[in-house]
Amino acid sequence: MADKLRAQQQLEQLQARYIGTTHPDTTKFEWTSNIMRDSYASYVGHQPLLHYMAIGYGEPKEKIRAFFLNKMIQPVGKPPEVQE
Amino acid sequence: METYGKSGVRRVIPGEYLASDPKGRACMLASVEKNKLVYVLNRDGQKEVRISSPLEAHKPGALVFALAALDTGYENPAWAALEVDYTESDQDYTGQAYRDIEKQLVYYELDLGLNHVVRKWSDAVDRTANLLFQVPGGTDGPSGVLVCGQESITYRHSNQDAFRVPIPRRRGATEDPSRRRYIICGVMHKMRGAGAFFFLLQSEDGDIFKVTLELASDDNDNKTGEVERLNIKYFDTVPPATNLCILKSGFLYVATENGDQYFYQFEKLGDDDNEMVFTSDDYPADTTAPYEAPYFHPRPLENMSRSVGIPCMNPITDCKVANLTNDDANQIYTLSGTGAHGALKTLRHGLEVSEIVESELPAKPTAVWTIKRTANDTSDAYIILSFATGTLVLSVGETVEEASDTGFLTSTPTLAVQQFGEDTLIQVYPKGIRQILANGEIKEWPSPQHRSIVAATSNQRQVAIALSSGELVYFEADSDNTLAEYDEKRQMSGGVTALSLGELPPGRLRTNFLAVGCDDSTVRIMSVAPDTCLESKSVQALTSPPSALNIMAMPDSSSGGSSLYLHIGLFSGVYLRTVIDEVTGDLSDTRTRFLGAKPAKLFRVMVKERPSILALSTRAWLGYSDSQTQAFTLTPLNYGGLEWGWNFTNEQCPEGIVGIQGKNLRIFTIDDLAENLLSESVTLRYTPRKFVLHQDYSLFYVIETENNVLPPHLREQLQNDPSVVNGDAAVLPPEDFGYPKGEKHWSSCIQVVDPVSEKEVLYTVELAENEAAVSISIAPFASQDDERFLVVGTGKDMVLQPGAPLSSTCGFIHIYRFLENGKELELIHKTKMDQPPLALLGFQGRLLVGLGKELHIFDLGLKQLLRKAKASVVPSLLVGLQTQGSRIVCSDVRESVTYVVYKHQETRLIPFVDDVVSRHTTCTTMVDYQTTAGGDKFGNLWLVRCPQAVSESSDEEGGGLHLLHEKGYLNGTPNRLDLMIHFYVQDVPVALQKAPLVAGGKDVIIWAGIQGTIGVLVPFLSREDVDFFQSLEMHLRADDAPLAGRDHLAYRSYYVPVKGVIDGDLCERFLVLDRGTKERVAAEMDRTVREVERKVQDIRTRFAF
Repeated sequence: MADKLRAQQQLEQLQARYIGTTHPDTTKFEWTSNIMRDSYASYVGHQPLLHYMAIGYGEPKEKIRAFFLNKMIQPVGKPPEVQE
Repeated sequence: METYGKSGVRRVIPGEYLASDPKGRACMLASVEKNKLVYVLNRDGQKEVRISSPLEAHKPGALVFALAALDTGYENPAWAALEVDYTESDQDYTGQAYRDIEKQLVYYELDLGLNHVVRKWSDAVDRTANLLFQVPGGTDGPSGVLVCGQESITYRHSNQDAFRVPIPRRRGATEDPSRRRYIICGVMHKMRGAGAFFFLLQSEDGDIFKVTLELASDDNDNKTGEVERLNIKYFDTVPPATNLCILKSGFLYVATENGDQYFYQFEKLGDDDNEMVFTSDDYPADTTAPYEAPYFHPRPLENMSRSVGIPCMNPITDCKVANLTNDDANQIYTLSGTGAHGALKTLRHGLEVSEIVESELPAKPTAVWTIKRTANDTSDAYIILSFATGTLVLSVGETVEEASDTGFLTSTPTLAVQQFGEDTLIQVYPKGIRQILANGEIKEWPSPQHRSIVAATSNQRQVAIALSSGELVYFEADSDNTLAEYDEKRQMSGGVTALSLGELPPGRLRTNFLAVGCDDSTVRIMSVAPDTCLESKSVQALTSPPSALNIMAMPDSSSGGSSLYLHIGLFSGVYLRTVIDEVTGDLSDTRTRFLGAKPAKLFRVMVKERPSILALSTRAWLGYSDSQTQAFTLTPLNYGGLEWGWNFTNEQCPEGIVGIQGKNLRIFTIDDLAENLLSESVTLRYTPRKFVLHQDYSLFYVIETENNVLPPHLREQLQNDPSVVNGDAAVLPPEDFGYPKGEKHWSSCIQVVDPVSEKEVLYTVELAENEAAVSISIAPFASQDDERFLVVGTGKDMVLQPGAPLSSTCGFIHIYRFLENGKELELIHKTKMDQPPLALLGFQGRLLVGLGKELHIFDLGLKQLLRKAKASVVPSLLVGLQTQGSRIVCSDVRESVTYVVYKHQETRLIPFVDDVVSRHTTCTTMVDYQTTAGGDKFGNLWLVRCPQAVSESSDEEGGGLHLLHEKGYLNGTPNRLDLMIHFYVQDVPVALQKAPLVAGGKDVIIWAGIQGTIGVLVPFLSREDVDFFQSLEMHLRADDAPLAGRDHLAYRSYYVPVKGVIDGDLCERFLVLDRGTKERVAAEMDRTVREVERKVQDIRTRFAF
C-alpha cells in the first residue's frame, strides 16, 4: 500500500514539474490542448517556421506571434461539461 | 557556462525571452509558458562575468507574451512580464472564465540581499497587449513600461497612473478609416543629459511614431518624477522591421523583416514640425471606453534620410538553377522579398570589379607591364606595351602620355621588363637584353647568333632566359646593378615554353628555385643557388605543355604561415597549383581546376595587400587566400575578355591592375574579396510566390500575390472618388509605404521577366475579380501539335487566416498562349474548378492538376479544359507534382509523398507507394526514377526511395489491375517508401533542384531556404571519402563544440535522427581551427593537416564554390 502511495506521489510530482505529463484519467480535451499548445509554442519559437507562415499570411511576424500565443490560452475550444 | 534546453525549442524551455537589468546585475530568461529563470551576474577581478545558479520564478499555467527589464536605478533589479493565466478557463465549460480572462502586467523583483525572486505587483492591462518597452528609471526617468496593444500604447508603473495614447491611423483615399494597428517593434533612446529620452515605435504598416513622456513639475518648476502625460506623433515611414537600433553616430538601423536592410541617418528629431501631437489627456486609459480615433497623413521621409542598404536574400520563395547567359557555369535565380520589394535575383559566382580607366589603343597589344624607376619608389613610372612589331612606353604622372628617350628599344616587341638592382631598368626582347643604367648609359647583352630569346623571367636581382635552342641562361645582379652572366648553361631536352623565378623574399639576395616548363609536358624545378646552379631538383609531368608558370609565396592555412606555391597554367586551359618544398624543391599537394578553353596565363597581383594570382583563360580568375580560413580560393572575375594583367600602383590607385582587352587598355581594382557572389535583381510588383522558366525564350514567368491588399482597380476607383478631400488624394509609392490594405481582397499578377538582356519586367497580366494565382506551369498539349502554353491556377475569394483552413469560392485554370517570342501573353480561356488548383504539371501532352486530395488529367479543348482522368491520391491536400515516364510523385501538404502510376490504356491513375512519416512537404524533386528528394516545413531535407520490386511491378504491362486489387496497408497504399537520407537544416527549404553548379562539375542537389539560405548536397562517389568525412565530422563534434555547449548530433537530428548525411559546414570548420587542434585531429585520423585540408577544400571546389 505504501508503495502505491509513493508511486502516486511521484507521479503527482512529475505532473507538477513537467507540463503535459498524463495520468490515467486524462481527457481528450486535456490531451489535445496540450498537443496544440506545444505546436503553437513551436511555431513561435522556430523563427524560420514563423517567417514562413508570416509570408503566407502577408502579415508581420510580430502579429502572427501574438496571434499564436493568444491561441494557446484555449487552443481547442471550450472544455467539455463535467458530469458529476 | 551552463547548457540547458537540450531537448530543443519547446514551450517550457526558458529561452524565448531574455531581458537583462540595465545595470547588468542580473538577467531573466523566460519560456512561453510557466518557467522563468533569473541569473545573478557577478564580475570577478578580471571583469569576467560569472553567472549564479538560477533562481526560479515559475508559475504553472501562465503564458508570457512579452518580457522587459525595469530600470530601477540602483534598487533591486526587477522585470515586467505580460502574462495570461489559463488554468481557470481550462476548467470552466461555460466559457465564461475564458471571456473574462485578463492580461496581467506582472512585476518580478530580485531581492539581491535575500537572493530570491518575488512576484511584486500585478495589474490587468489591455487584452490585446503584445509588447513591452522599458521606460528609463532611477535618475533618468519615472521607470515603468510602455504596454503596446491593438491601437494602444499605455504607460504603466506600480506607483503611477496609467496614461494611454492610441496609435494614429493613416488617412488617405485608399485607407480603411476603421483599421486598427499594432506596434511590431521599437526602440527607446536616452539622450545625453539626465531625464531626456524618447521612443520610436513602428506600426505594422511601417510608420514610425515618436512617443515621449512628460513629467509633472512641482511649484518650483522641478521635475517630480510623476508622469503627467504621454505624447505621440508621426515620425517617418520605413519598411516594417523586426527590430530597430539607434547608433551613437546618429543612424537608425532598420532590421527589416523582409528584404534588404537599411541604415537611416537622422536629420532632426521631429521636434519642430507641423505633425499633429496626440496626448494622453484626450484619451481614456481604459481601452474599452469610446474615443475619437486619431489620424495622420503619411508623407515621404522628413526626419531621416536613407543612407546605406545591406543587400539581403531573405526571404526566398522560389529558386531555380539554369544557364541562360551561356556562361560555362549555371546561375542561380531566386524570388526574394515581399510586397513592392519583391525581386527576381540572379546570383553568379564571381568577384566584383570596378573599372578606373579604359582607353583604346591604335593596335592590339600583346602584353603590358608597369615598372618603377628605382627599388625604393612606391609608384610606377612607366607602362610598357608590347605590340607585334614594336614597343610603346607610356610615362605615368599626373596624366599618362607617350614617353620618348626612356632608353627602351621601341622597334621590337618586348618579352619582359624589370626594375633591376637599385636603379637599373631591364628590357628583354627576342634578340637580346638591354640594361638602362640610372645615368642613362645603355648596355646590351646580345643573344647568341641564330638563336633568339623565347621566354624570360626576372626579379629584382635575378634574370633567367630561355633560347630558341632550348638553352637556359642565368644572370644575377652585379655590385654595379648590371647583369652578371653565369657560366653554367643548360640544354633542355625540348623547347622551353615558360619560366618563373618568383619574387625576391625580403632581405634575401636570390630565390633558390627556377621553374622551367618544356613542350614535352613537364615542369622542372632547378636550383639557382651559386654552387648548384641550374641543377634539376624535381620534375612534374603534366597533361599538356605549360603556357605559364609562377612561383609565389602565399599565406597558407596548412602550414600556418606562408608557403611557396608553384602556379602552372597549361595550353589546354587547365590550372594547377602545387606546393614547393622550400628546402628540397620537391612538389606536392597538386590541385587542379579547369579555367576555360584558351591557354592559361598567370600574373602575380596584389589585392587587399595579399599576393594573389590572376589566371586568364576564356574567363579571368583570381586566386587568393580567403580572409577567414587562409584557404586558397579561386574565383572568376566579373570582367570578360581579359588577355593580360599586371599590377599597377600609384598614389590614386595603390592596388590597381592594368590589363588588355582586345585593343583596349584597362585599369581596374578589385575592392572586395569577401563577397564572391555577384547579384543582380529585377524588381517585381507583389510578393513573388512561384516561377517557371521557358527554356527557348530564356524568360521567367512569375506569379505574384498579395493578401489583404486592395487590387489596382479598387485603388483607382477610391482615388478618383469625387468625395476625396484634397489632402487625402496623394498616391503613396508602395515601395516606401506598402500597398493599401483591404480585408479579404487579393492583388495578384503574372509577370514576364527577362533577367539576362533587358533585365526588367517585360509584360504584366493583372488578375481581376479577386482571383489570386496559386500555381504556374508550362505545358505542351499534344492536341495542339505540342504547342506550349502557360498554365496558371488561381483561387477566387480565398480566405487565409492563421489557425483556419484555406477557404475559397472556387478556383480557375487560365491558359495563356505565348506571343512575340514569349514577351506577351494572350488568355485563351479559363476553366472553373471547385477549388484552387495548388499543383500543375505538363504530362505526356496533357495537364496534371492537383485539386484538394485529387489528381486530375486535363486536355486542352477549344472553350475549356476537358477532364480525362481523376483519382484521389493523397490523404489531405496535393501541393506539388513531379514526373518521369508514367510515374507521378505527388506531395501532400502534411503527408509526405505518394507515387502514382498512370495506366495509359485505361486512363487510370493508381497510387502504389507512400511514406511512413508525415512530412509537411514544401518542395520535392526527382533525383532518379526511384528516388525523390524533398524538404519540409520544419527544416528537414530528406530523400525517399521506392523499393526496386515495387517500382518494377508498378510498370508492368497492362492495365494495372494487380495494383488496383492489391490490399492497402494501414489506410494507405500497399507499399512504403524507404528513407535514404535525413538531415535537419534549420531553414525551411522552399526549392530543390538537381543540377551542376560549376563548369564541368557533377550534379548536386541545390536547395534554397525561406530565410535566404542557399545550400547544396554533394553526392559521395567513394566509400573512402565517406569514411574520411565521417571520422572528421566525429572529431570536430568533439573538438569544435558549439559556443552554447549543445550537441551537434542532436541538433542535426532535431526531428528525425540524421541519416546518410555528413555536415559539410562542420567539416569546413576544420580550416578555422587553431594550429594545435588541427594537428591533433589530423594525427588522430592518421593524416597530415595538409591532406585533411585538401580533402575538405576539394569537395567544395569540385562541386560548388
